[in-house]
Amino acid sequence: MSDRTERPTADEPNATTGTTGPVETTSSGAVRIDKSAEAPADRDTPLLEVRDLQVEFRTREGVARAVNGVNYSVNAGETLAVLGESGSGKSVTAQAIMGILDTPPGHIAGGEIRFRGEDLLTLSEDKRRAIRGDRIAMIFQDALSSLNPVLSVGYQLGEMFRVHRGASRREARERAVDLMERVRIPAARERVNDYPHQFSGGMRQRIMIAMALALEPDLIIADEPTTALDVTVQAQVMELLAELQREFHMGLILITHDLGVVADVADRIAVMYAGRIVETAPVKELYAAPAHPYTKGLLESIPRLDHKGKELYAIQGLPPSLTALPSGCSFHPRCPLSTERSTTERPPLHPVLDASEAPVAGRGSACHYWKETLHG
Amino acid sequence: MPDVPMKATPEAATLKATQPAVPVPVDEQPDSGPAPGKPRSLWSDAWHDLRRKPSFLISAGLILLFLTIAAFPGLFTDASPRDGDLTQFYLQQPQLTHFFSPEWLGYDAQGRSIYARIIHGTRASIIIGLTVTAIVFVLGSLVGMLAGYFGGWVDTVLSRVVDTFMGIPFLLGAMVILVSFDVRGPMVISLALAVLGWTTIARVMRGSVIQVKQADYVQAARSLGAGTTRILMRHILPNAIAPVIVVAMIALGGYISAEATLSYLGIGLADPAVSWGGDINFGKDSIRVASHVLIFPSIMLSATILAFLMMGDAVRDALDPKLR
Repeated sequence: MSDRTERPTADEPNATTGTTGPVETTSSGAVRIDKSAEAPADRDTPLLEVRDLQVEFRTREGVARAVNGVNYSVNAGETLAVLGESGSGKSVTAQAIMGILDTPPGHIAGGEIRFRGEDLLTLSEDKRRAIRGDRIAMIFQDALSSLNPVLSVGYQLGEMFRVHRGASRREARERAVDLMERVRIPAARERVNDYPHQFSGGMRQRIMIAMALALEPDLIIADEPTTALDVTVQAQVMELLAELQREFHMGLILITHDLGVVADVADRIAVMYAGRIVETAPVKELYAAPAHPYTKGLLESIPRLDHKGKELYAIQGLPPSLTALPSGCSFHPRCPLSTERSTTERPPLHPVLDASEAPVAGRGSACHYWKETLHG
Repeated sequence: MPDVPMKATPEAATLKATQPAVPVPVDEQPDSGPAPGKPRSLWSDAWHDLRRKPSFLISAGLILLFLTIAAFPGLFTDASPRDGDLTQFYLQQPQLTHFFSPEWLGYDAQGRSIYARIIHGTRASIIIGLTVTAIVFVLGSLVGMLAGYFGGWVDTVLSRVVDTFMGIPFLLGAMVILVSFDVRGPMVISLALAVLGWTTIARVMRGSVIQVKQADYVQAARSLGAGTTRILMRHILPNAIAPVIVVAMIALGGYISAEATLSYLGIGLADPAVSWGGDINFGKDSIRVASHVLIFPSIMLSATILAFLMMGDAVRDALDPKLR
């Protein structure tokens, strides 16, 4: 939290600050070539920092504000889960970070995306492309549609080395086999020339992970990596991802709407609603005591064994239209705690204080009544 | 992480030996999938389907035959298509049992062997058909791909150019172009047809590219750092080309018929060049006394066009399984 006061957004605890996860030193012994030696990458600078990011889409119905001032950050070796329902802006934020936003209709209306201290939004397209896939990689939701059907998986894996490292065809093929073995695809050497449709869903997602890992990036953004898989395979894929992340000491942004997936692997959670972060907290604390009514509603709507036979809780109403966001707190029309104040005044991300009035590291809630929520 | 430590050094990544101890979960064993052995690409799948399709086999056989005739007419007849003996062979009727001999399909009003003429006329049709298709395929694909991929003003400009060319009536436009040439060889005719014909391909390609560029794998390739050229050539083109190939194959028949039409009208190939269209024109004058002069070139022309249309259909079915 030390650096918080230096930030322009000092009144809001940045989602970045708390490194609560198991203290990840460089104990992995990995010898890493620091490609960003020219960039100031001291230990206080988070790996990736999103500051006040705003993304708009110009649509026929007006300007849809998909992302409205999102702040979050990830440190090396840390897993940040970005949680939110469809349309909350979690994927759009990821696309903005990767620089693959569809423009038009989308455009970045403001904010910064700092990767190792360098603002990606001001870089030239060539420089961004060099970072994309090499330093920041992305795993997509549906592996079948994210793999090119006319190219063999070996070719697609090897492409990474050919694009970024200028590897020869043969060399790329060898690296592809290694990668497939790393993500535990059986008989990798025999299957390297197979096409995506010849693999099962879980295997395809492993190949996607292998592609993202190919160049040992510093940061991986996984956009709902397990949504398209069935539950047993989901667990295996998440395990593999978490394992590889620890091994490479990468930052991981895990975008999901699945509270179950998050609980096991994430260090911190940022909950998004209507293009804003409404709550950020270390995983355990968020599950134990949510400080935002929306998070609370989400947690209560999970079916639980001890609630067997009772009606399942549901948050009333629908998510707001992004072209006409509610005034004040975007959640107020659906919130049981909403008051006059919620409809007029937009709550900043309040630091969450513990019983002794000391701020809890890395916790924040964008609710005027976080205290009531936390203790109620 | 189970018991196999893997190091994060680049060297470790190349060491296969660190791998095998990790058991693969049972439910993720290699998929039932296709038979062990050959990987199956879209093209090999299509080929697999095509080999079993009668319509493909017939059309491929015919096309192969026509290509052979076009390349080596001497294999099929020794007779010259230009030698005529009016005293002997004026409009002589076909001798249908004299297979492959000059008198097989009869003689025309100048005493020239019809059989020799249709054999030697094949080359012009095939050359023009293939040349036009090749030009149209390259030009149309390029324009369509750029318009579809870049969108915006590039698309606006290119699409208006396409619309403009599309507005010119195909045959009328070709006639207007061709009458301004004194000598009309196969290349001139090909260019005239190509200039007016590339728009269809461009439109098909544009639509196909627009569809493909929204595919997740294109975005995935971009997010993995692929540049525009690589995305276009490796990811978009191979996925967008199938409908274009089909349209081009079907169009090939159309170009052959356009050439015949122009030659029939007397503004395509002219004597001494041998062409089916010219022969059909020649045959119409004696249709009541010697219909064979008209019929045999017409049969050749129709069979060629039909073969390419059939081939196009078969290939479309094979490349787009959804149509089945």
